[in-house]
Amino acid sequence: MNKGRVDQIIEKHHGEASSLIQVLLEIQSEHHWLPKEALDRISEKLQVPLTRILYIATFYKAFSLVPKGRHEVHVCVGTACHVRGAPRILDTVQDLTGIKPGETDADLKFSLETVNCLGCCALGPVLEVNGKTYGNMGPSKTAEVLKNYE
Amino acid sequence: MLRINSPEELEKLRQEILSRSDPSKPCISICAGAGCLASGAGEVIAAFKAEIEKQGLTTDVNTKGTGCPGFCERGPVVIIYPEEICYLRVKPDDVPEIISQTIREKRVVDRLLYVDPTTGEKAIHESDIPFYKNQKRNLISYNSKIDSKSIDDYLAIGGYSALAKVLFKMTAEQVLEEVKKSNLRGRGGGGFPAGNKWEGSRNAPEPIKYVLVNADEGDPGAFMDRALLEGNPHSILEGLTIGAYAIGSHEGYIYVRQEYPLAVVNVNIAIRQAEEYGLLGKNILGSGFDFTVKVHQGAGAFVCGESTALMTALEGRAGEPRPKYIRSNIVGLWGRPTVLNNVETWANVPLIINKGADWFTQFGTEKSKGTKIFSLVGKITNTGLVEVPMGITLRDIIYKIGGGIPGGKKFKAVQTGGPSGGCIPEKLLDLEVGFDELTKAGSMMGSGGMIVMDEDTCMVDVARYFLNFLIDESCGKCTPCREGIRQMLKILTNITKGKGKEGDIELLEELAEVAIDASLCALGKSAPNPLLSTVRYFRDEYEAHVKEKRCPALSCKELIAYHIDPSKCQACMICLKKCPADAIEGGKNRIHVIDQGKCTKCGTCIEVCPARFGAVNKISGQPVPAPIPEDARTLVRKSKEQ
Repeated sequence: MNKGRVDQIIEKHHGEASSLIQVLLEIQSEHHWLPKEALDRISEKLQVPLTRILYIATFYKAFSLVPKGRHEVHVCVGTACHVRGAPRILDTVQDLTGIKPGETDADLKFSLETVNCLGCCALGPVLEVNGKTYGNMGPSKTAEVLKNYE
Repeated sequence: MLRINSPEELEKLRQEILSRSDPSKPCISICAGAGCLASGAGEVIAAFKAEIEKQGLTTDVNTKGTGCPGFCERGPVVIIYPEEICYLRVKPDDVPEIISQTIREKRVVDRLLYVDPTTGEKAIHESDIPFYKNQKRNLISYNSKIDSKSIDDYLAIGGYSALAKVLFKMTAEQVLEEVKKSNLRGRGGGGFPAGNKWEGSRNAPEPIKYVLVNADEGDPGAFMDRALLEGNPHSILEGLTIGAYAIGSHEGYIYVRQEYPLAVVNVNIAIRQAEEYGLLGKNILGSGFDFTVKVHQGAGAFVCGESTALMTALEGRAGEPRPKYIRSNIVGLWGRPTVLNNVETWANVPLIINKGADWFTQFGTEKSKGTKIFSLVGKITNTGLVEVPMGITLRDIIYKIGGGIPGGKKFKAVQTGGPSGGCIPEKLLDLEVGFDELTKAGSMMGSGGMIVMDEDTCMVDVARYFLNFLIDESCGKCTPCREGIRQMLKILTNITKGKGKEGDIELLEELAEVAIDASLCALGKSAPNPLLSTVRYFRDEYEAHVKEKRCPALSCKELIAYHIDPSKCQACMICLKKCPADAIEGGKNRIHVIDQGKCTKCGTCIEVCPARFGAVNKISGQPVPAPIPEDARTLVRKSKEQ
């Protein structure tokens, strides 16, 4: 991520220290993770110590300090999905990808996360890959869906 | 856009918008809420636009992507005005027929209508469907009437008239009195009277005050705030501005959780439009009152739904709560008086101002007034958002509106209040829904999630689930919450794995008591609720896990085994081929047997076994029957036997 772009984002938020979270969110959404150089730059421009930036980047779940895979898999483990069998979907995804929630595989193909509710409870259990929602999942259907992603 | 400088100009504009729209002109409104979008509403909207153009009807028909009307189960939902014909589960392929039949010929497409499962009767209008008929939709009914991105649509249904009334005909004290009289209580969970909160801030000496919208709807299974914010953002802005006027604030923030990108987009559009019309910003409607609103996105932390944590997050820091010796309506955001209310609370304010506190208090019970939106989810026939008057019984919500439990299963419990709430058993189904009633039953109103559970749901697992959720979300600042949840979760996990010991249940109760008494904020204080309520109503399930190593709901993975009934297996090879662990032995015309040593209990076999065979079953608390001998495995088909 180039310095100029980081500066632009900081400018957009008027360079205020209180907008730190908003700046980080924007970098995360553009870049899918927070590279160290970007954090250094923010620290310098907003006059916030790097320790505090890291405190925030690890406190909130939206941020990642490591690169993400090509396909972001989100398994909804909200209550409605849970009672409809989400744990089995999560198990299946873990078995197939070999990674646990919060991890990315070695060849950067999949990143796996659990989410607490996508609000499509009528379709539960729900799986989301790269923002596309798949509803009424079962273990074998999950395997079918993941096959489509290379 | 032209700036509106007086209430008269606002009314003039409203009349102009109304006269511009021809009420007899067909309008197709398609739900573009998150639930329907996930079921393909985006494609349906595109198909309508393409078909209308293809048939040359662009000037004769309007299409609208609206907010969520609530009936997510049957999405995508399409309503055709002015007849208000309601089509459910619409697919792009249905679109040409709807256009040629309903729009051109004024004929109803029967197969897309709602069919009553018991009577077989079809319902043409939304209001005829039992799911809607038994609700009282004061707030959410506007969602399907307006384009969520159009301020003109909001003005057409009377929008911002409450704000004009407040600014020109009422003093701040009168607004406060009206809200106090309505006894509007916070919809976010606490149930604190909004009027009292406002009054505290108003009377605080500090001149700079803030008003905030809590749209950090973190309870899993609850999405009513999102539906309002996405579907009708102006109603929240109007409520917020009225609140700001009442307490004397000139700055407001909307804290939206990061997982709701569409809500952020829609509310930002709404703010821009309102500013252009002069309904936000400097000198609103020429009254001399200034008020600005900013949107702040959350970054994924459940605890930020807690008032003080939310304010810390707004200040750009890690969202940790602080002790509330002084309430945040006196010392809140940046140390100044701050009124924080939930989305639904703010949405009620314009209605109270326009229709009066007396109108509002006609709904509900003595202590809980008005309506409440619940998200009815889980093992329920009609999943969706339901708005009901306070005081309705749980039974009416679940059976009359929700249509009962699907698949002929038996109701077990309903969980309300999210991770801070509890499970309510069948014997309390006639409980009237209200803030105090639910708390008395060991649960709480919470933000309004209502998760229905049937006989297949294990209550020990539900308690474990919520604690597992909270262990990730506890901010870690105070020990009773951070460590208490960890220890309770450890014991519960052991119980669900069949490693429970005598005395574990009592130990759990003791740990729960400490967390309730000694935690800093509501997250820790209420964390044991799911545990305590399930122990209170379903102690026998806990005991079965601990003493017999049996899961009565056949849900806990470590306590169950999958078994193929040799008398039912038709050797169809489906499960054998699908089993990811290669744990099923058998072949063509050879009865299938699960190798228990290899089985990972993923449940694929039970999912794929054809319903007409139903040969796979789950066993708990008893040994798995020995596999049938090799020489008895040849399948003798009944038809060939004869």
